[in-house]
Amino acid sequence: MIGGLIALKIDPTLMKQLGHGRRTVLVTGTNGKSTTTRMTAAALATLDDVATQPDGANMDAGIVSTLASNLTAPLAAIEVDELHTPHVADALDPQAIVLLNLSRDQLDRVGEINMIERKLRAGLQRHPDAVIVANCDDVLVTSAAYDNPNVVWVAAGAGWANDSVSCPRSGEPIVRDGDHWYSSGSDFARPQPHWWVDDENLYGPDGLVLPMKLTLPGRANRGNAAQAVAAAVALGADPAEAVAAASIVEEVAGRYSTVQVGPHSVRMLLAKNPAGWQEALSMIDPTVDGLVIAVNGQVPDGEDLSWLWDVRFEHFDGVQVVASGERGTDLGVRLTYAGVEHTLVPDPLRAIASCPPGRVEVLANYTAFRDLNTALAKGSAHA
Amino acid sequence: MPESTVRIGLILPDVMGTYGDGGNALVLRQRLRMRGYDAEIVPIGLEDPVPDSMDLYTLGGAEDSAQRLATRHLLRYPGLQRAAERGAPVLAICAAIQVLGHWYETSAGERVDGVGLLDVTTTPQKTRAIGEIVISPAVEGLTQPLTGFENHRGGTTLGSSARGLGRVTRGVGNGVGDGLEGAVQGSVFGTYLHGPVLARNPELADLLLARALGVDALAPLDLPEVEQLRRERLRTN
Repeated sequence: MIGGLIALKIDPTLMKQLGHGRRTVLVTGTNGKSTTTRMTAAALATLDDVATQPDGANMDAGIVSTLASNLTAPLAAIEVDELHTPHVADALDPQAIVLLNLSRDQLDRVGEINMIERKLRAGLQRHPDAVIVANCDDVLVTSAAYDNPNVVWVAAGAGWANDSVSCPRSGEPIVRDGDHWYSSGSDFARPQPHWWVDDENLYGPDGLVLPMKLTLPGRANRGNAAQAVAAAVALGADPAEAVAAASIVEEVAGRYSTVQVGPHSVRMLLAKNPAGWQEALSMIDPTVDGLVIAVNGQVPDGEDLSWLWDVRFEHFDGVQVVASGERGTDLGVRLTYAGVEHTLVPDPLRAIASCPPGRVEVLANYTAFRDLNTALAKGSAHA
Repeated sequence: MPESTVRIGLILPDVMGTYGDGGNALVLRQRLRMRGYDAEIVPIGLEDPVPDSMDLYTLGGAEDSAQRLATRHLLRYPGLQRAAERGAPVLAICAAIQVLGHWYETSAGERVDGVGLLDVTTTPQKTRAIGEIVISPAVEGLTQPLTGFENHRGGTTLGSSARGLGRVTRGVGNGVGDGLEGAVQGSVFGTYLHGPVLARNPELADLLLARALGVDALAPLDLPEVEQLRRERLRTN
């Protein structure tokens, strides 16, 4: 990545040159970028060799170093930060752009999300030939894609509607009626999806029905897979082969991975923002022996943890819940008022150790996840 | 003990629910239930007229466009105003102070008429106030410092009928140079503190509950984690 940064300083047109002649899919949105990029790369690999980020480095330098490390791949699946998407699209001239969802990253960044939508909308309009693979369950994503001529709409699910109560185009309320939504201030409304999912199948254009069983858990990942498959199909992949390839993705940058720590088999889930938390909580296996929820409040996490109160905490009957992390007390108070029995063990490693032997799920926000991963790696190096 | 269920009106959680402030209603309900009262939260959304029959009310923060929708709704269905007139406690957080004031100016420079329950006006400041805040309370019945997280650009000027909730000892507060935070007038309590404020400040929660129940004071609850959270947040960091 440092290499990418230096290379860009030497030649700012480098990204454009590295992208030239490739057929590229860009993937952006608040949540699910890395997972969807991994699934898109897997689905595209049914066609030919694919350049893609190994690590989720989704700004200019990371993208340049990814493309530079695989000069011959005729295809590329590239994860892009939301705000970088317009200029990266200008440089790489992608054949498809996947828009997953838009919600607040952190509470102290509220207000920015509408600005991001407007910038994305303006950026996409410079690419009328690209296929926009957009989640029509997400009001802000739909607004960003709405004016493009070439949109494939995917009903990928709306985990978090709190950031789109008012229409991004008129300011009037968005009215929701089952899956459908419409603006009460303009003719802006949810388009009919070309692709959608349920618990068994993926449904596509022309009556296509494909059984889809993913290795990754959760409803949100079924939506991610649907968008990845729709993008790969737009580039010519066979739908059934694309589904099969996306289904075997099992780990994304340490997330969802299972590690053995003493008597505990630990599965790690990362959630970076309120929408991600709600999704991740729905992935918790209710039959596990312990659940460690680790919350930090450092700058990359957002220092305001009020959002813990926007997240619905289920009653984890029979599961030992441990509140953990530097801000474990904030979480503990939240759980107390939710009526969830728990213990408070600030150090995540000790929190895991405090669980009954067996399977433990760890749900952590960004720096808590990062630090625990480092601590686990250190522990296994010493073992 | 009241014979019927205590009802907490959660005003417009669909448009004023972006900062976790709905947690205030949850804290109120749970603190009642822990003491053996029946209590429920009644969410009042954009499609509902605002009832004047709730025992107390909470309103949360919002962004510009949502704030405008909320203001329009509260003016169209003035149940909150009638309830406040008869003395029902109202807790208004952040943008809700602005909505309940005489008027507020948006970041685009437009002046929007408010509900007029609080003798305050709000205009945007040069910079956004973001961070931990501590205030020393200036209201009878509150003795402990109040801790919260502020995140607002609006600066609020109090008129003669409103008092501050307290004096800022750390952070920005109302941001107009008088060192005050929040606005209190009759039974209406406005503050910029998120956290949510009642999760971090049980004394304020119980003050609102005592007023809603018509009692002098409530026996404190023993919740060690809440005390620990207060110690952590009040520590300088």
